Amino acid sequence: MIADDLKDFKKFTPKTLPREEPFVSGHRACQGCGEVLALRQVAKAIGTPMIAVSATGCMEIISSPFPQTAWAVPWIHVAFENAAAVAAGVESGLKILVDKGRIPKKEIKVVAFAGDGGTADIGLQALSGAMERGHNFVYVCLDNEAYMNTGIQRSSSTPYGATTTTSPAGKVTPGQTTWKKNLPAIMAAHNIPYVATASPAYYLDLMNKAKKASLIKGPAYLHIYSSCPTGWRHGADLAITVSRLVVEANIFPLYEIEEGRYTVRKNNQPKPVEEYFKTQRRFAHMTPDMLQTIQDRVDRDYQRLLQMEGMTNPAVAQKEKPKGATAE
Amino acid sequence: MAKRVGMEVSIAISEAVKLANVDVISAYPITPQTHIVEHLSEFVSDGELHSAFVPVESEHSAMSAALGASAVGARTFTATSSQGLALMHEIMYLAASMRLPVVMSVVNRALSSPINIWNDLSDIMAERDSGWVQVFAINGQEAYDLTLQAFKIAEDPRVLLPVAVNLDGFILSHVIEPIELFEQQEVDPFLPPYKPVLRLDPEKPVSMGAFGSPEVFIEVKKQVEEALIGSQKVVAEVWKDFGQRFGRIYKPVESYQTKGADTILITMGSITETAMTAIDSLREKGRKVGLVHIRLWRPFPFKEFLQAIKGAKTLAVLDRALSPGGVGGPVGLEVKAALFGKDERPYVAEFVAGLGGRDLTVDTFIEVLDKAEKYSQKQKDFQYELIGVREK
Repeated sequence: MIADDLKDFKKFTPKTLPREEPFVSGHRACQGCGEVLALRQVAKAIGTPMIAVSATGCMEIISSPFPQTAWAVPWIHVAFENAAAVAAGVESGLKILVDKGRIPKKEIKVVAFAGDGGTADIGLQALSGAMERGHNFVYVCLDNEAYMNTGIQRSSSTPYGATTTTSPAGKVTPGQTTWKKNLPAIMAAHNIPYVATASPAYYLDLMNKAKKASLIKGPAYLHIYSSCPTGWRHGADLAITVSRLVVEANIFPLYEIEEGRYTVRKNNQPKPVEEYFKTQRRFAHMTPDMLQTIQDRVDRDYQRLLQMEGMTNPAVAQKEKPKGATAE
Repeated sequence: MAKRVGMEVSIAISEAVKLANVDVISAYPITPQTHIVEHLSEFVSDGELHSAFVPVESEHSAMSAALGASAVGARTFTATSSQGLALMHEIMYLAASMRLPVVMSVVNRALSSPINIWNDLSDIMAERDSGWVQVFAINGQEAYDLTLQAFKIAEDPRVLLPVAVNLDGFILSHVIEPIELFEQQEVDPFLPPYKPVLRLDPEKPVSMGAFGSPEVFIEVKKQVEEALIGSQKVVAEVWKDFGQRFGRIYKPVESYQTKGADTILITMGSITETAMTAIDSLREKGRKVGLVHIRLWRPFPFKEFLQAIKGAKTLAVLDRALSPGGVGGPVGLEVKAALFGKDERPYVAEFVAGLGGRDLTVDTFIEVLDKAEKYSQKQKDFQYELIGVREK
């Protein structure tokens, strides 16, 4: 039961943020990268002792150009689609070596990081397998909504309407024609103990979720919105702005699913989706009709999320009064 | 003392893996999987083997999880075949380049299509250049012995490379053979627990699997290449140690009836024992024929091979994999390459046979030797011949 796992869990406050940086500066991320910010927040929240596993992708490339490394903790990267399988091997290996007395008995957190392509597309099978088998590790999807490392190609996590190099807005098709795959719901369907969404603009919320995820025994999944100035065509100073707007517009609601119980961070006075869409040139071609279609979908999805909360966690759903999301 | 029992070879291999006291086993049942991992999971389930058994969702993940486990310092084993090995292909190269000493039984079977679960060597030959140490067993006892030896070779700090122990699908994997099984106390001094040089350890953090720019890539590849070539020395040491402890001598290339042989047949794997019978019957008729079989395929033992075929006028190479559009099969290619540039070199007749489980009988080897001698007399200019094809 996760209540036991979390009995010593204390929320971070601005004053109790750890000073430790498992992921250090000097890496080669683009200026204004929201993804590396999210990665650093997760690593900081979980802390040492930790073994990090990366899928191939932006975060792997920018952190490990031999002979340099931005990882102050043990780190392994094998390939694109297998971060969850490698993490499963790491976790199984550690466990048996402790059992056999070959390494000191100390709990080492295993954390896998992958992008949306490595999670929702090519890595989905390995992720599903690892979650189903119940390995004790945290899987973090840093979702920048396309294959940024390979040149901004669409993924199944690319939002409707976005222009990418393989879903270009042209004369006939208006960018991405499909809706973002709902990875947190797929993970929740695996009946794992903990699933949460987070955005680096809400850094305390993000770090508390990461900490919780690491304390819970068994698989935990974090889906983190990760803005990409290069791929989304927005200013390098806008990472936090877009990471906040996406939540304020209910496009990327923040919620947790603990042992199947949903807890949604309420935002019943959302900003219009247009405010978010106008910040990024990947949406520059969008027509009022398209924006309305998206608005309808966002409203519907948010209501559905509240219904899930009502069904699975009625006490919270009734107790909490609607309030706007704040950047606590 | 070692005891000799009739046992399915797959099960014998799992007994060897158990004696190796392996820490992590990851496996997936593609193709289908053999009894090797089924039996291992029974050992774990019954508490006879203290290991983590990770029943992954694909062969790709089997190899990926094996790498993760090996990286934390666990002795790691997996087994596969055919399509499963093909699915692992991407991660095979990483295992070698990341210097993670995983041991794998490869039960050699054909690659689709047509889908076919029977024996040939096309699966492993697609992994020829992956950087793994690759050995081939000719019988069940060898499969058992080579499996035990593989851990010692792979984990040697001078090697730190994965090892694939190849055995023929069905012809070896599913037959019952007399196997001499060792006792745990005999094996322990030969194979102590794995002591990794580097591992993922929070006390001494390392980054594994870093991004290698053009400035460093070749240097990494050269190190892997040197380790692989250098592994032959370690293989020889391990085989010597094994021979002294257990009484069976292993060599990278073995010769049979090659003394005074004008024509030498070259084989790999379980067909070797059938080929020996063919050699015996031809020798009885006064034919000067012999046999050389290659046990260590990677690194290729050039010196030992050239020594073994010395004096032969004709080589008949029998490949069980095809390199389409090329010169026949991988063994023939290797043999021809080994001879190229030598002043005195035998005529090489290359044959491909036994694909997809087609039976290779004593008569097949006699046919191959007859043809090789005939072609050699005429100095026939040809790339290779496919044996046993029904044209109608």
